[in-house]
Amino acid sequence: MPRRDDIHTIFVIGSGPIVIGQACEFDYSGTQACKALREEGYRIVLLNSNPATIMTDPETADRTYVEPMTVGTVERIIEVEQPDALLPTIGGQTALNLTIDLCEAGVLERSGVKLIGAQLDSILKAEDRQQFREAMERIGLRVPRSGYARSVEDAREIVKSTGIPAIIRPSFTLGGAGGSVAMSIDELDPLVEWALAQSPRHECLIEQSVLGWKEYELEVMRDSADNVVVVCSIENLDPMGVHTGDSITVAPAQTLTDREYQEMRDASIAIMREIGVDTGGSNVQFGVDPADGSLVVIEMNPRVSRSSALASKATGFPIAKIAAKLAVGYTLDEITNDITRETPASFEPAIDYVVTKVPRFAFEKFPGADSVLTTQMKSVGEVMAIGRTFKESLQKALRSLEIGHAGLERPDIESDADLWQNIDVPCPGRLWAMAEALRRGATTRELHERSKIDPWFLRNLAEIVRMETSLSAAAKPDREAWLRPAKQMGFSDARLAALWGMAEGEVRAMRRKGGVAPVYKRVDTCAAEFEAQTPYLYSTYEQECEARPSDRKKIMILGGGPNRIGQGIEFDYCCVHAVLALREAGYETIMVNCNPETVSTDYDTADRLYFEPLTLEDVLEIVAVEQPDGIIVQYGGQTPLKLAVPLEREGAPIIGTPPDAIDRAEDRERFDALLEKIGLERPPGDVAHSPEQAHRVADEIGYPVIVRPSYVLGGRAMQIVRDAGELSDYMRFAVRASPEHPVLIDRFLADAIEVDVDAICDGERVVVGGIMEHIEEAGVHSGDSACSLPPYSLSQEVIRKIVAATHKLALEIGVRGLMNVQYAVKGGEVYVIEVNPRASRTVPFVSKAIGEPLAKIGALVMVGRKLDDLGFRAELEPPHFSVKEAVLPFVKFPGVDTLLGPEMKSTGEVMGIDSDFGRAYAKSQIEAGNGLPTHGSVLVSMRTAEHRGAVEPIRMLAASGFEVIATRGTAAVLAEHGIEVRTVNKVHEGSPHTVDLIDAGEVDLVFGTVDADRKAVADSFAMRRAALQRGIPYCTTLAAARASAAAIVELRSGSIGVRSLQEIHARIQRGP
Amino acid sequence: MTASAPQTAAAAPRSARLALADGTIYRGTAFGAETALDGEVVFNTSMTGYQEIITDPSYAGQIVTMTYTQIGNVGVNPADEESHRPFLRGFVVKELFDEPSNYRARGSLSAYLAEHGVPGIAGLDTRALVRRIRDGGAQVAVLSTDRALQDEAELVRRARRAPELDGRDLVAAVSCEEPYSWTEGRWEGILGQPPRPRRPDRTLRLVAYDFGVKRNILRLLVEHGFEIVVVPATTSAADALALEPDAIFLSNGPGDPAAVEGVRENVRELSHRKPLFGICLGHQILGLALGGRTRKLKFGHHGGNQPGQDLATGKVAICAENHGYAVDAESLDSVGESVEVTHKNLNDGTVEGLAHRERPVFSVQYHPEASPGPHDAAYFFARFRQMAERVADGELVTGAEIARGWTPPVTEGS
Repeated sequence: MPRRDDIHTIFVIGSGPIVIGQACEFDYSGTQACKALREEGYRIVLLNSNPATIMTDPETADRTYVEPMTVGTVERIIEVEQPDALLPTIGGQTALNLTIDLCEAGVLERSGVKLIGAQLDSILKAEDRQQFREAMERIGLRVPRSGYARSVEDAREIVKSTGIPAIIRPSFTLGGAGGSVAMSIDELDPLVEWALAQSPRHECLIEQSVLGWKEYELEVMRDSADNVVVVCSIENLDPMGVHTGDSITVAPAQTLTDREYQEMRDASIAIMREIGVDTGGSNVQFGVDPADGSLVVIEMNPRVSRSSALASKATGFPIAKIAAKLAVGYTLDEITNDITRETPASFEPAIDYVVTKVPRFAFEKFPGADSVLTTQMKSVGEVMAIGRTFKESLQKALRSLEIGHAGLERPDIESDADLWQNIDVPCPGRLWAMAEALRRGATTRELHERSKIDPWFLRNLAEIVRMETSLSAAAKPDREAWLRPAKQMGFSDARLAALWGMAEGEVRAMRRKGGVAPVYKRVDTCAAEFEAQTPYLYSTYEQECEARPSDRKKIMILGGGPNRIGQGIEFDYCCVHAVLALREAGYETIMVNCNPETVSTDYDTADRLYFEPLTLEDVLEIVAVEQPDGIIVQYGGQTPLKLAVPLEREGAPIIGTPPDAIDRAEDRERFDALLEKIGLERPPGDVAHSPEQAHRVADEIGYPVIVRPSYVLGGRAMQIVRDAGELSDYMRFAVRASPEHPVLIDRFLADAIEVDVDAICDGERVVVGGIMEHIEEAGVHSGDSACSLPPYSLSQEVIRKIVAATHKLALEIGVRGLMNVQYAVKGGEVYVIEVNPRASRTVPFVSKAIGEPLAKIGALVMVGRKLDDLGFRAELEPPHFSVKEAVLPFVKFPGVDTLLGPEMKSTGEVMGIDSDFGRAYAKSQIEAGNGLPTHGSVLVSMRTAEHRGAVEPIRMLAASGFEVIATRGTAAVLAEHGIEVRTVNKVHEGSPHTVDLIDAGEVDLVFGTVDADRKAVADSFAMRRAALQRGIPYCTTLAAARASAAAIVELRSGSIGVRSLQEIHARIQRGP
Repeated sequence: MTASAPQTAAAAPRSARLALADGTIYRGTAFGAETALDGEVVFNTSMTGYQEIITDPSYAGQIVTMTYTQIGNVGVNPADEESHRPFLRGFVVKELFDEPSNYRARGSLSAYLAEHGVPGIAGLDTRALVRRIRDGGAQVAVLSTDRALQDEAELVRRARRAPELDGRDLVAAVSCEEPYSWTEGRWEGILGQPPRPRRPDRTLRLVAYDFGVKRNILRLLVEHGFEIVVVPATTSAADALALEPDAIFLSNGPGDPAAVEGVRENVRELSHRKPLFGICLGHQILGLALGGRTRKLKFGHHGGNQPGQDLATGKVAICAENHGYAVDAESLDSVGESVEVTHKNLNDGTVEGLAHRERPVFSVQYHPEASPGPHDAAYFFARFRQMAERVADGELVTGAEIARGWTPPVTEGS
């Protein structure tokens, strides 16, 4: 069937900010879909509140709305844009849930907008667990025994039939949020309460446990002619009970006979038809009893998903792109397979390699979080690796993770009991614990009995351990002969070096001498049956190399590796922009990355894609094959930056700001000298290499101090330390956190305003892209702080100082490309906190705020173009405010405090744009899920120093009709200033106290700040968790309270308008 | 064990060589039987079902390379055999896994191949081999796991002397010697699988010509209510008709269809007398019997992911294919028979299905029985059943009518 002509404008909903369970895979899918639909000539209107996406680049859609993702906003956009159809299936759970709300509110019906891809009844049938179960029973498939609970009493009744352990799954949540496993009847009540609170429908399913069964996923596509293909099968290494996002997964399925696999395939097709997904991709999850193969259906997602992104990368079959084409009427046989360019998309990819995905966790960021893996997703990122065998791909994946492992190193676990604890209970370190158990003599049978992991995976693990034993025992002269078999099994040079007590460079030299080098094979969707036209490559140790490098002028861009807190989608955005700009400028671009969720690893982003770990070894081998003219290491965050110096040492051509200049900005002593030379100030501080030295430095500069290990991103292990006792504690932890690097100790400027600046320098000219004033004061990590562009409170003089300082810094350092500077402003003085001569987290936000693609301009500067020639000559002053707000994952980590500090904890960000600061801030709060109330009551409990500061914002709220409730100290000051206030007890003062009030639903907004001493923090902890659990907005800083009060006043003055980025950018005055 | 060198460390694997007629040598480690056999090298892109592939008689005369790299994971089991023994001449894999993990496994792949005299080679760059075949076409090779026969020059010489597949009748070697009846239905399956169609109460008598028949074809015919007598390939039309069948089936099988002796005339005769259905080699033989020609494909279609389009409905079935020859569509136009092409492969346009416009006769090039592979094309069996039943009831129905106006039977539970 050809393209539909009855629709012209398509409304696409994106997935909003990055959160656990919904990451940049939806940028990849969404961008692909928008591109595909525009190729077909449709006009695309997009709503997505996440500025750090390629999807919200003004070139991706015709009209891009970076606005709150609410029914009201959609309604207004529909009025303006008059779309004919809405595509709800490429923006994850966020888009599906918003679509359901739109249907229920009657918006689509009133405006005559048709759903394409999936209809409401199909979405509900798949998403509503009761309806889904009934649908499965209708087609004769089995689901685990279960029942639907709306109360704890319901749940107690249901477990009588499901038995214990029982799985608890709230309806309509993403990433399994609120899900858990009740291992005993005692655990049931609290877990059900938690699940009910998480479900927007206040419902959850209590389900028979199939813990320990094998878990599989199929990625299925269906077109309007009812043609169905299974794009990929995925087998989870971790059996049922661990969320698939937290499981190590492998494609294709490994331990099924064809008979079993085909039954599963038939079932997935029957499910597609019964649920009624008209067109597009879905993900179906199954559990299989290893004892007799019996099959149960776990769930299906009628949309593209994290797994479909993985399946696309694993096979070369672009699910989202094809789903978009199917949604507008094409059938699979009418679409060409991009990779072969001669066969149709109506086939099932055949792969001739093994793909392994390993999740990356961030528990170190959340002290107190439970690191046991369950049905609620907790990982923040993932890596994928491709190898010809499972062993090879697994080991490549492990070193891709960048968690300090070059392979299966021995874990730091002494007792066997502790070791088995890490095997019995699923946890991030389980694989390493299992390898260690094998070394200590455990059998694969024992491991299987304890972990329920399929013996096939365990036997492969045992083979790796056996090889390790042989390698360790090999005499020095024999090592060269062991190189090839070890490399074929995926051992990294670094791991071999550790086993042999050599330096990594020596192993590399030995390999070079022996001619042991990788070859590159192509991912081609067809196991070489047809010629691949797309250079999508991975390394392996075999005979034939298919890289066929060109002799064009070429630039290699190193990506950011797995998403983690502090290094996420923003860096992938920058890498993609570098690729786009350089391609346009006529360079061949080569992308290297190992993160399957990203746009950068789409096979048609760069000219050539190497899906490889970002280690020195792996990158050097690609450099040897490709011989690039330049390598960009400054765009992918800390991951490639760490490689700059070693790569340069090996003769690789790094372009842009030279590694030595980067070092000058990062090395404490060299940087101090530099600042002195150009006459800029920084807070007093010094470097400490030992705990004793740390104490000396701190005493000298005076407490409070801010301490951190050098060379970190995302404020890893950064802390404000108020006295010598805290410093001693910190040193014990920090030295462990980063053994190779010293600790930096600086005077902490209390109550200073932090400012972030992104700028570009071509060696002669410097242009500041944007100055962002933080809303939270210094001490809150810049990644977690809201910020405003332009600054909302700084004087023109301070701004002039900041611009001047930025110019001096860039020229003195010798920046070629992007640079980020953080300043602290106190008493009209500007202090330099740090300089990063590289792409920063804020580049996409600034680019969208000012309408100039900073990362693209920076990349062109890196290859020698001048800012004058690129038309970026002077700072821009946008006539609107843009506010960036951080999105935090606390809801996924019960028991963790929500207080912000110098260690970054946010996973994503949103952007609010409007004509004044208050409205822009209000939009950002709605987008971040802190929707501000326009009436009701505000609970205030401020630290003593801020009692007075709270008066003005509270007066504004009181004047707007808010009831004011405060704890004793705060209440007294407010009353003094003539504000009517009701007093309430703090928690330790006894009931009825603040938490009782929050639990009783009597509070709509909380302003609560505390002194950073542990007792005060502990006292107010229950209040923050209670607010979080009930979804009540909570300002933990005075600055945020002020901004919120201003925003509420704006919100009350009228409804918020919407405006597209294209329109906003058109209003920005540009210089000559 | 002291580790002096990898060759001696890893339980001393035997070396093996695969020598192509063009002089290319692939070195690897041996598994299966210790012997040296020649055959035409082909590759199969299925990611599951190696046991069914190994036991498919259609691979007689061929050395099969699996493009998927992890083979042996689920071992072997009696229910997944497609014939009583493997007929292929060698098995080539990237990595053999010989400690199976599956509740159905009853033994290891290597032991199974050893028991049946088939040599295997692992550890080579199978993708390089596949690309060579893809670009250069199928070619003859020798696979040696024989310790005494590892001399590479000698192996290449043997490969060059070995017979080509083209022009060889391999059916005689794989067909049964005596007629027998077949009653086994399909694999009972697993708890929780999708419901299956009910077996019809009324049985029809079927004579199945064994050119190297796969068991799953017979199992599915049983499921469609056929009472089956399997007969040798050279059974005369008169002998077949003496069994008073309601319908005739022509099976799959190995080698060059044009070289199969003494069957064309029988098939031609039977196609005038009884409802007739052919699969794979049976389809090609039908094409030849009706006066058409067959041609050898460059490297054939072997895998479970091929797009087979039903031209009447436009629907695409993902199907299992295994053929190195195809019926030449143009040759059918020139003969007097009124035959139409009903199915084609969307990758290269190859003829995949034929139906007669005047008689109850049709055929399919690919494998509706799958095993291994997707079940999408299983509807051919239901079509055949419907055609045979309508003819048995005295209706004059043609293969082409069935192909055009067919409605699927109702599945229980849907």
